[in-house]
Amino acid sequence: MTEDDDLVFKALADPTRRHLLDRLLHRDGATLTELESELTMTRFGVMKHLRVLEDAGLVVTRRSGREKLHFLNPVPIRLIHDRWIDKYTERQVSALADLKAELENPS
Amino acid sequence: MTATTATTTTQVFRVHIKATPERIWEAITTPEWTARYGYRGPAEYDLKPGGTFRTMANEGMKAFGAPDVVVEGEVLEVDPPRRLVQTWRLLFDARQAAEPLTRVTWEIEPMSAEVARLTVTHELDNAPVHLSLITGETLEGGGGWPYILSDLKSLLETGTALMSEP
Repeated sequence: MTEDDDLVFKALADPTRRHLLDRLLHRDGATLTELESELTMTRFGVMKHLRVLEDAGLVVTRRSGREKLHFLNPVPIRLIHDRWIDKYTERQVSALADLKAELENPS
Repeated sequence: MTATTATTTTQVFRVHIKATPERIWEAITTPEWTARYGYRGPAEYDLKPGGTFRTMANEGMKAFGAPDVVVEGEVLEVDPPRRLVQTWRLLFDARQAAEPLTRVTWEIEPMSAEVARLTVTHELDNAPVHLSLITGETLEGGGGWPYILSDLKSLLETGTALMSEP
């Protein structure tokens, strides 16, 4: 396990940070002000969480004019996935995931 | 029934690779390299503004009925080995081909003597089919950019891609 993986797991081990990632997954390229307005947390608190996500590579920022936009970067999670789930087990895992989805969403 | 609304979206994908910017540049822009990772179609770039870009179907894609050219586009900016901007459109099926050209920016930044950072910024205007495929959200897309970049990292760092070569 590398230091980079440690940062990813640490970043994901917090419900507020997972919420921020979900928010960016839903609508990418958000400013700090937008993210702050959706959380009951101080601006400083949101900045701290974003910093942890940035250090883990899960959030990438870009400048657009005067604004700093935050984007979700899914690649570090994919790297962890590719390291631990080999191509043989993946089929079984996805079959189980399909089964779970089907059982939970009967239609 | 809802009216069709214009959508603009930008997706950013970043990976650190233990390789020089020159090696990463070569891996992105030459058919010999692009045939060895990701979806493995040989990419042909005419590396000058206005130059043609296309990714050809490999044998596996053809067996599934893919057209000869599976991705098309135009080179907009070239600054080797740091920056490449191009348009990009998938042509595997009619739904993809009917969407407008999207725009891909490749940026390679050296972080140390050994490590470089590759950032792919994909701008998609009114291209929902492309969006669902490139993010890796849909299974039919096969993993999108996260898969391609993870595979590229594996190939450059270890000499082998994630899946055995055909």
